[in-house]
Amino acid sequence: MTNRTVQVLLDPATEVRTSTLELLTIARGLGRVEAVALEAPTVEVLAQLGAYGVETVHQAEPARDGACVSGDERHLPAVVAAALAAAVRLTDADAVLLPTSFAAKEAAALAAHDLGAGLVIDASSLRDVHGRVVAGKRVFAGSWDTECAVTADVAVVTVRANSAVAQPVETAVEPVTEGYAVEVPTSPVALLSREVKADTSGRPPLDQAAVVVAGGRGTDGDFGPVEDLADALGAAVGASRDAAFEGWWDSYVGQTGVTIAPRVYIGAGISGAPHHRGGMQASQVIVAVNSDPEAPIFEICDFAVVGRLADVLPQAAAEIRKRKS
Amino acid sequence: MRIVVTAKYVPDINTERGFSEGRVVRTAGEGTLNELDENAIEAALRIVEAERAAGRIGPDEGEVVVVTMAGPDGDVALRKAFQLGVDRGIRVSDDALAGSDYFGTAAVLAAAVRRLGDEAPVDLVVTGMAALDGLGSVVPTLLGAELGLPTLNLAKKVELAEPADPGQRVLTITREIDDVTESLTAPLPAVLSVTDGANQPRFPGFKLIMAARSKEIEVWSPADLGLDPAVAGSAGARTETLTAAPRPARPEVELVTDKGEGGVALADFLIRNDLV
Ligand SMILES: Cc1cc2nc3c(=O)[nH]c(=O)nc-3n(C[C@H](O)[C@H](O)[C@H](O)COP(=O)(O)OP(=O)(O)OC[C@H]3O[C@@H](n4cnc5c(N)ncnc54)[C@H](O)[C@@H]3O)c2cc1C
Ligand SMILES: Nc1ncnc2c1ncn2[C@@H]1O[C@H](COP(=O)(O)O)[C@@H](O)[C@H]1O
Repeated sequence: MTNRTVQVLLDPATEVRTSTLELLTIARGLGRVEAVALEAPTVEVLAQLGAYGVETVHQAEPARDGACVSGDERHLPAVVAAALAAAVRLTDADAVLLPTSFAAKEAAALAAHDLGAGLVIDASSLRDVHGRVVAGKRVFAGSWDTECAVTADVAVVTVRANSAVAQPVETAVEPVTEGYAVEVPTSPVALLSREVKADTSGRPPLDQAAVVVAGGRGTDGDFGPVEDLADALGAAVGASRDAAFEGWWDSYVGQTGVTIAPRVYIGAGISGAPHHRGGMQASQVIVAVNSDPEAPIFEICDFAVVGRLADVLPQAAAEIRKRKS
Repeated sequence: MRIVVTAKYVPDINTERGFSEGRVVRTAGEGTLNELDENAIEAALRIVEAERAAGRIGPDEGEVVVVTMAGPDGDVALRKAFQLGVDRGIRVSDDALAGSDYFGTAAVLAAAVRRLGDEAPVDLVVTGMAALDGLGSVVPTLLGAELGLPTLNLAKKVELAEPADPGQRVLTITREIDDVTESLTAPLPAVLSVTDGANQPRFPGFKLIMAARSKEIEVWSPADLGLDPAVAGSAGARTETLTAAPRPARPEVELVTDKGEGGVALADFLIRNDLV
């Protein structure tokens, strides 16, 4: 353990996602961990942060041109970035960790640009090597492992979900929340509207789930069997881009969609195009169901069933439910 | 309407990709124009075409210039851009630029945009959503920061509004990122990145394919751009690759053909491996 200070982004501050707990766990390996929030954390959130060793939560009070930045504007990458950079300057922090998402990448880039920091996107591990932050990263559709060291004074790193098993500290602490002023640069970009998709499925979010069942063109538009198996497993549901562009499902897995690395990925009626593989090939265990014995996805599978998904998935779901009870 | 598109030369996603001495291996024949930059080119061409159709610029006015930072192999990417119909192709090259990190790349591209701006005003810079080799999705943001221009990222829908007050055109985008749908707007000049959902890139026409073969590629050095080489290349990089190793091959797949028990076999695999 070094005497580094590590700031972890907590946005939103009204819930602690599994990926944030993983981040906090990874951050503790680098130094003392603090959190940066754009709003007041709830009591439950503070308790969870304390269980993961966070002693201080820095609550940004962003202002632009003398006016308080409020509401949806607070979550804009430019505002998040300003809050992160100000927190680093305030605490003389050495590293900033964010979860990997498109919005977080944008905020990470802006904060690193402002701070003259080194930037690593989509790391899957972080460790200290002779005083330097060294990030592990899986690239080229999971076919290569790389490691890179940050050579600048400050490291800004986005970390992929499922990179570590979240681990609380032995003795929980009681975090204090401290407000701090953040000056957000004037920007000609205006936010016209922002809508957060309400998730009523009760399933874990796709980008963080430990198990994912994804459906492709082979579903022919019927995601019923895919959802059935996902629910038997407590899994998230995903899709291929083709299935998403058809309007059969709204989020898809792949290089331009959501990049995932769950414990188990199950692809049904998905051929395994390179673009799709690029977003899931780092999964620990890969399973596929496809009616074509020559489907390319079989090349990267651990287990595969040649068959029609409408037959195989419901049967698997029923069997799992039976054996779990 | 003068638009600069940034486009990267990357290893073909359909081939084996790898590293040598800490750098991505790019060899002619296996490299291509980053597919996602075709969406950027398409977006730029459509904007110019729409401006012409609306009569806001003359039929011969409007220009799309593609800039890439790459070694000589990068010409492959520019030729492809010519086939799609862009007007000019510029490659910024120098041995000292090898090993650039995101910041170095953005600094070089920004310098090229500035130099183009010295010739005549640049209204818009369009980029792809990510380079398919590194999947960073950060160069557009950094480019905007370097240029001090408003940046609208990851557009799925792009609209350029009629100028209310003449001369001041306004760009509006809709984006769906993570679980959020946003609509953002900014006045030109601006930086715009587009996703693969923004449009369907066109197929090159025969005449353009023929013309692309002999079209001139301009090669600029950092010195041409008034750029201190120390800001880019491995010398200026704020990260350093330490190791790169291929992952061990996956064990042989366990393949079951469904004869009525395929689902049970799948469930059994998951339970037996403690994955449920
Ligand atoms: C720039 C770019 C970026 C892209 N990014 C992504 C991305 O991020 N993610 C992504 O997924 N794609 C992406 N794509 C698209 C990608 O190239 C493929 O077109 C897409 O992944 C194919 O989707 P699919 O596997 O569902 O369809 P298909 O390739 O048509 O495969 C359908 C499969 O279903 C099987 N099947 C048919 N009927 C059944 C049945 N009854 N039971 C079981 N199996 C059946 C077939 O044998 C076939 O293998 C991108 C493309 C481009 C150009
Ligand atoms: N070397 C480069 N030359 C030209 N454009 C680039 C280069 N690197 C990145 N870009 C542009 O920036 C976008 C995002 O790249 P990245 O942030 O590396 O994923 C790409 O789609 C390109 O438009």
